Amino acid sequence: MSEIDEGLRRELQRQGVWVTSMQELYNWGRKNSIWPLQFGLACCAIEMIATAASRYDIARFGGEVFRPSPRQADLMIVAGTVTKKMAPQIVRLYNQMPDPKYVISMGACAISGGPFKQGYNVLKGIDRYIPVDVYIPGCPPRPEALLHAFMELQRKIDDQKLTGENKAKHLNVAQPSEFPVPSFGEHDLEPPANPDVFHPAKIERQS
Amino acid sequence: MTPNPYLFIVIFVGVALVFPLIPLMLAWLWRRFFQPPKPGAEKNAIYECGVESIGEAQIQFRSQYYLYAIIFLIFDVEAIFLIPFAVAFTSLPVGAFIAILVFLLLLIEGLVWAWGKGCLQWER
Repeated sequence: MSEIDEGLRRELQRQGVWVTSMQELYNWGRKNSIWPLQFGLACCAIEMIATAASRYDIARFGGEVFRPSPRQADLMIVAGTVTKKMAPQIVRLYNQMPDPKYVISMGACAISGGPFKQGYNVLKGIDRYIPVDVYIPGCPPRPEALLHAFMELQRKIDDQKLTGENKAKHLNVAQPSEFPVPSFGEHDLEPPANPDVFHPAKIERQS
Repeated sequence: MTPNPYLFIVIFVGVALVFPLIPLMLAWLWRRFFQPPKPGAEKNAIYECGVESIGEAQIQFRSQYYLYAIIFLIFDVEAIFLIPFAVAFTSLPVGAFIAILVFLLLLIEGLVWAWGKGCLQWER
């Protein structure tokens, strides 16, 4: 995680000297002030509200500042059923968020369509259009699950590199910050999925 | 020796300038060395609720609207006078009742006059 030798760092700490690297400081600041975008789509949003309220208190992790504008948000919590009517708006909001940005796909509906997967009007997973960082299963997931996802995201941010080959994707010039917004076609959203983003698992049967 | 009393204002202005400029400069340096800019059509769009904006943002409000504003202002003030009148209505002497009736009549007369002048007609 860090480039500093742990033993040396501990020895210095014993002497009252605290050393850090730019990358650690940057990631420490980022992971402890993740501001989510304030929007809810369905019943998962109620659980998200409960997570933000006093009993579960997402403020303990620095995520209490739900922003009403995508310009100020770092995290998009897709909390609920994404209907095909709502999907273009979600992708557009994601596009309008500044880098670095992260997505938590909360609940069965946002992951795959959930109980409405067979329905004609429900998107079968938001990861068809935007890259998702953390998935939370559940219908709806409890606030503890959202907190766990939040901590996983913090761990992910903490591991991101500033420089080098595998640096964070938002620092990569070639990595796009916007993704094409789907439009309403004759029967379905066009395109039904973004092939650059959507990589479904292939099921291979052993004979 | 006492310092010039205006020195404190100079220090205050200096701190007030430097305090916000340092984070702005740090952010600029960060962007310069680490963060590649990634502008785009969606990202630079004006409206930020996920819906595409329709039409122009610069709408003109017609100046004729001021007539309605003035008339509204008069009746708004009238309401302020009427509320204490209504609260104290049962214990009021006859003189006070007549006085407020005269006040109301004056305002109603003004409304009738404005109506007759065509002020309530929407001018195009």
